[in-house]
Amino acid sequence: MSEPAARGADSDLLFLQGVNKTFDGFKAINNLSISLAKGEMRAVIGPNGAGKSTMMDIITGKTKPDTGKVVFGSDTDLTKMDEPSIAQLGIGRKFQKPTTFESHTVWNNLLLALAGNRSPWFTLGARKTKAEADKIEALLATIRLSDHRDRLAANLSHGQKQWLEIGMLLAQDPQLLLVDEPVAGMTDAETEQTAHLLRDINRTRSVVVVEHDMTFVRALGVKVTVLHEGSVLSEGSLDQVSADPKVIDVYLGR
Amino acid sequence: MTRLSLTLTPVIIIGVAIVLAILNLATPATSALHVSDFVVGLAGKYLCYAMLALAVDLVWGFAGILTLGHAAFFALGGYCMGMYLTREIGARGVYANANLPDFMIFIGWKQLPWYWHGFEFFPFAVVMALIVPAVLAAVFGFLAFRSRVGGVYLSIITQALTYALLLAFFRNDMGFGGNNGMTDFKDIAGFPLDRSTTTTALMVLSALFTAAAFLFARWLVGSRYGQVLVAVRDAESRTRFLGYRPEYYKLVVWTLSAMIAGIGGALYVPQVGIINPSEFAPANSIEAVIWVAVGGRGTLSGAILGAVLVNFGKTILTGAMPGAWLYALGGLFILVTLFMPRGIMGTFVRRTVGPRLPTAGEPQGLDAIDSEAANLHEAGVDVETPA
Repeated sequence: MSEPAARGADSDLLFLQGVNKTFDGFKAINNLSISLAKGEMRAVIGPNGAGKSTMMDIITGKTKPDTGKVVFGSDTDLTKMDEPSIAQLGIGRKFQKPTTFESHTVWNNLLLALAGNRSPWFTLGARKTKAEADKIEALLATIRLSDHRDRLAANLSHGQKQWLEIGMLLAQDPQLLLVDEPVAGMTDAETEQTAHLLRDINRTRSVVVVEHDMTFVRALGVKVTVLHEGSVLSEGSLDQVSADPKVIDVYLGR
Repeated sequence: MTRLSLTLTPVIIIGVAIVLAILNLATPATSALHVSDFVVGLAGKYLCYAMLALAVDLVWGFAGILTLGHAAFFALGGYCMGMYLTREIGARGVYANANLPDFMIFIGWKQLPWYWHGFEFFPFAVVMALIVPAVLAAVFGFLAFRSRVGGVYLSIITQALTYALLLAFFRNDMGFGGNNGMTDFKDIAGFPLDRSTTTTALMVLSALFTAAAFLFARWLVGSRYGQVLVAVRDAESRTRFLGYRPEYYKLVVWTLSAMIAGIGGALYVPQVGIINPSEFAPANSIEAVIWVAVGGRGTLSGAILGAVLVNFGKTILTGAMPGAWLYALGGLFILVTLFMPRGIMGTFVRRTVGPRLPTAGEPQGLDAIDSEAANLHEAGVDVETPA
């Protein structure tokens, strides 16, 4: 606590300022500054290697930035915390490749994700409760997997696994969801349903979506941040950024 | 099946032990039904190995930690019991010194080292047989899991751990009898070790402890803690981003498992009558992994079955062709890995305790999804549109 954490506007939920991260001489994140308002949904796009995943890693504590501020809520410094503490603080993360507990049932996947005491001593004595069952039922309905509750996660289709993982995020009851390419490998119908699901989630929580699929980003209809070479290239509505000459340069090349 | 194996396994273990005990004690040596002390002793030894196998299966099958050093905890439990048995010899040793074991007199020591004090009391030795493996496991596990050492690297340091202990216990100035270890035990808690009744009682006790360890392990993996453990095994980073600390989950099961191995070792030593550094040999730990692989990883009852069957085979084969055992063991491991990757229990029992492990024989990942989708499609289910 050498100096007070930098602060964004009071309405900010997440605030990154001047963040740098270098891997073996490669500048993955270069003086990145982004802020996300409470209740906002933001789409982050950018070519491969733009630093989207590294940004997620830095927010969730997997990677420590070399320099810069990462502040959650009014004054929580995320650079000082590890993954479990950040998760317990209320930041959920969905991986690019759907990551569920394959040898557990859909129901148990959600059960283990439910917000609660995470210590081994607690789980050793934990009993099923009615409150838990009710929450899981509600989640199953949200992610449209009610009829699959007893199936092993390993046996779900790709799209269903993506939804299950989103359901697990919701079960954590986070304030902020970071969602990495949620519609990769989904059919058009599933993509449409996922956009709907995320808009639904956004009613009560803030969401950051990293996505390549422009149709999907358009369907979300939210503010877009374009990353390039580790910093923000452009920000605005999808139409605005698509019209930005810098973005056209990066995406179409010269 | 889950419920069935829960009751069946302890019933079989204790039942067989009692039948052997009756046939040993209540039949005359001339009777065709008589079971010799030798056979009873073997059964007791197999049961101790079964406890080691259970310990290995807990960490390998349910936490994904492939331990190649678990015999170290077994041997430490054994040494604690060996120290008690050595002190129990008292003045009946070669040098007839009630205060100092023979091997200490032999290397010229004048008084008992501080860490031997207390081991003349049986309950103290029993408690230490639990505490010593637990403390070593806790310290080792804390450092290894906190540094996020996993996979093959962790396997290698577990192997290094047992090898380091092997070298340490070889040294005379460690005060544990060096190369020769400890032997010539006379009695345990006042009961002479050369009596049939003592042999039988130790065997039945081993059966009771094996059954208890099995029930404890089943409770552990059946609890929500056990579910998180399997989740850590299958997707460690997911558990971390859900707010769990996988290192503590591993540490708990690792330490409990070391204690089960320690009990096995403590019961083993009075039954075989000797403890020496060869129990720390890396090959012993690897053998324990093979027992579990043969019986069925992640099944618990399979670990017991594997330990008993493989050691039965070892007894037969080392009697018939002493040089062939290591080749047979290696061959068995290769065959099981190739043709029966889920082991005996995993192959012949459709669904055993807890979640099933995916194995080489069945489609995994995207292939599994594709084949599942194909199956559903054949069955007339539209897999693309969830209900």
